[in-house]
Amino acid sequence: MSEINNQPADEIDALILAGIRSGDKSACALCIETYGPSLYRLALRLMQNEKDAEDVVQETFLNAFKSIDSFEGRSGLGTWLYRITYNNAMMRLRKPDLETVSVEDKLDGMEEGYSVPQQFFDWCCLPEEDFDSEEVRLELENAIGELSPSLSSVFVLRELEGLSTRETADTLDVSEDVVKTRLRRARLQLREQLSTYFADHNEAI
Amino acid sequence: MDQKNCRFLLGDLSDYLDGQASEAVCAEIERHISECEDCRVVVDTLNQTLHLYHMLPQPEMPEDLRARLYKSLDLEPYFKPKA
Repeated sequence: MSEINNQPADEIDALILAGIRSGDKSACALCIETYGPSLYRLALRLMQNEKDAEDVVQETFLNAFKSIDSFEGRSGLGTWLYRITYNNAMMRLRKPDLETVSVEDKLDGMEEGYSVPQQFFDWCCLPEEDFDSEEVRLELENAIGELSPSLSSVFVLRELEGLSTRETADTLDVSEDVVKTRLRRARLQLREQLSTYFADHNEAI
Repeated sequence: MDQKNCRFLLGDLSDYLDGQASEAVCAEIERHISECEDCRVVVDTLNQTLHLYHMLPQPEMPEDLRARLYKSLDLEPYFKPKA
């Protein structure tokens, strides 16, 4: 996710790390330009509002620049920054999410930890223009917001930011099997919500 | 959806859609959805759900947020407004 001017991501990471460690502030700026947009997208989708997302991103860079020496390079710089972003977002969401997290954790260990589909309206055959509207785009974003943070973080990182299962597992500090289970559950839950939306929308016409 | 007969499909669906299911699992799913209308709808709408998310424009970091970020991190001299 960090290719600038076709320079490989690991070379940019090395530049950023060496620069920040030697007190070169332009390296901090390069870090913001390289990773800021993707960290902001994760924060926005977890927090569901711009103000909180801004606070989370700001805190993330502050933490990262201060503790750059604790970055050991076992994962990529991007993965490390995603992890700080996720942890900062979870700190802010913790109270309301306590119960949800414990339910997710229980479901992760269960073979049948997935949502059984209830909605069977076949909306694939709707005209293409029905999908190309601001309302639908808003519905897609809202549906992510309806997921618990455990599921939305996996969906955003794997499906929208293109991280591998391993990178997502490293970021969230869970096993690859848990990532796979949560991704499956997130996808099914989103399908369910969009199916309900398009079924209602179709009835209203 | 018959939960007993269709349940197996849900577990393998993600791998199937990602092209990571084995040939035998793919054949089993394809045989099942040719006979089970509910599951065919689930597979097609799940595929379409992922397609819509992949087409979704990525939210951009607002320019004023970017400026505030540089300011709060004491990096203002390095801020370059986007064209």
